[in-house]
Amino acid sequence: MSTSKNSVSKENKINYILYLADTTLILSHRNSEWCGHAPIIEQDIALTNIALDLLGQARNFYQYAAELIGNNATEDSLAYLRIENEYKNLLLTELPNDDWGNTVLRQFYFSVYQFYLYQQLQKSDDEQLVAIANKAIKEVSYHVRWSGEWVVRLGDGTKESHQRMLNAIENLKNYLGEMFIAADYETAMNIDLNTIQKQWDEKVTSVFAEATLPLPKNIFNHIGGKTGVHTEYLGYILTEMQYLQRTYPNAVW
Amino acid sequence: MELKKLESIFQQRIKDEIKIEPKDWMPDAYRKTNIRQISQHAHSEIVGMLPEGNWITRAPSLKRKAILLAKIQDEAGHGLYLYSAAETLGISREEMIEQLHSGRAKYSSIFNYPTLTWADMGAIGWLVDGAAIVNQIMLCRTSYGPYSRAMIRICKEESFHQRQGFEILWVLSQGTKDQKAMCQDAINRWWWPSLMMFGPRDSESPNTGQSMEWKIKIKSNDELRQQFVDMIAEQVKVLGMTLPDPDLKWNEKRLHYDFGEINWEEFWNVVNGNGPCNKQRLNARRKAHEDGAWVRDAATAYAEKRNKQSKVA
Repeated sequence: MSTSKNSVSKENKINYILYLADTTLILSHRNSEWCGHAPIIEQDIALTNIALDLLGQARNFYQYAAELIGNNATEDSLAYLRIENEYKNLLLTELPNDDWGNTVLRQFYFSVYQFYLYQQLQKSDDEQLVAIANKAIKEVSYHVRWSGEWVVRLGDGTKESHQRMLNAIENLKNYLGEMFIAADYETAMNIDLNTIQKQWDEKVTSVFAEATLPLPKNIFNHIGGKTGVHTEYLGYILTEMQYLQRTYPNAVW
Repeated sequence: MELKKLESIFQQRIKDEIKIEPKDWMPDAYRKTNIRQISQHAHSEIVGMLPEGNWITRAPSLKRKAILLAKIQDEAGHGLYLYSAAETLGISREEMIEQLHSGRAKYSSIFNYPTLTWADMGAIGWLVDGAAIVNQIMLCRTSYGPYSRAMIRICKEESFHQRQGFEILWVLSQGTKDQKAMCQDAINRWWWPSLMMFGPRDSESPNTGQSMEWKIKIKSNDELRQQFVDMIAEQVKVLGMTLPDPDLKWNEKRLHYDFGEINWEEFWNVVNGNGPCNKQRLNARRKAHEDGAWVRDAATAYAEKRNKQSKVA
């Protein structure tokens, strides 16, 4: 990212930060649904940890966006008082968890993307984004390792686990492209999605080979999340998440 | 060594308050009592994740959500230490989990009550974790070494849990009319079940005598309950709320609070499976375990493959 500070409009920057905030929050929400219900206690703790890391990242992004927006915006007003078509998260993150295999595969796809994305943000002109990326990339490299190990274990585990991973690959394959198709605000931010996609392909290919899993084929790319056109699932997530803030306007918690 | 000699060494250690360690000789009944108590405690941590887990996705602010997630994660961690402590007595985690799912092992009845509002997250932290701490501080001195050490570690985190619960209620108590009402309602619903957490009266508690002789327990159910009432009766004043007990009154002579009679019929009903959420809680645990079987199988199969490969190489 070689952009100088002044060439990105404030609106594009805010939208881009909200895209990062919403995406991490919604995936955190989905992962947190496993808390207390995971297959093994150790893994319950691990996935909750990832949910917490993503939530922490989301809070950093929302706080920064709120600062840029001004007007008494806060992390909570941005998370709790925006509606579906204002949310910019990737569709991938709002899909239901389905089984453990689907959950870890989604996490793997996303964490690999996030890892290379944060590597670019580390070189951004924006000091705040650099600071957030520097802190978060340590967490994300653990997420890549953890989820990658599970993809291998389940891909190369039993016949059943292999079959379940094939199902998960089918399930998610049409929601991967959106990561690499730029919204206007991403183009404005000069994010080099082509490079990220190449790095992502390489990493996924090598882990899938170890997992004895085939790469997804016959892909169609569903898009819309980045510009606020979502699946039917997001409305329910927000209804649940925003319930108290909507029911008791202006209350402090 | 003959049995009598071993028994007397064991008794002497208990008397001298030297911890009993996994490799020491111990009477079978001592081992069994510890397995029962520690595993019950571990199950309580794990089942206890469910009522609070019920509010993760609805937490009213991002900060509250983060604190709640971290707290429930701590509970999973406590469950792990405790299962490990019990394993030192010669039972596997798998066996203990099977006992929980088949209904042979118990867990704390408090978790069979529903979490109906956000204020319940505060009441659980303040009252339920508060009652647990009173019990656990005592257990830091329990005679079985691994249990005692697990408790020392757990107590540190629990006091943070209690403070965050109180803080949730404090904010509600300073809030709108609706929030104040929500706060009082949660205290009303959780107060009596929290008192029940200390178990039956001493006169009705068959295991207490032997457990105290072995210094597994240091204080009786009624002593601990009184200690809890004295603490909470003061703290509730800070919130400007009340406890739902017309008989609660400071007793100058005893230098303790007097309090009303617990509904023991309700207590035994919940213990025996008829609480509002007994079925849901156990079903949720069983479902997580059954749905996760293929994952555990795959992890085992994969580890075995790797082992073979590394032997060949």
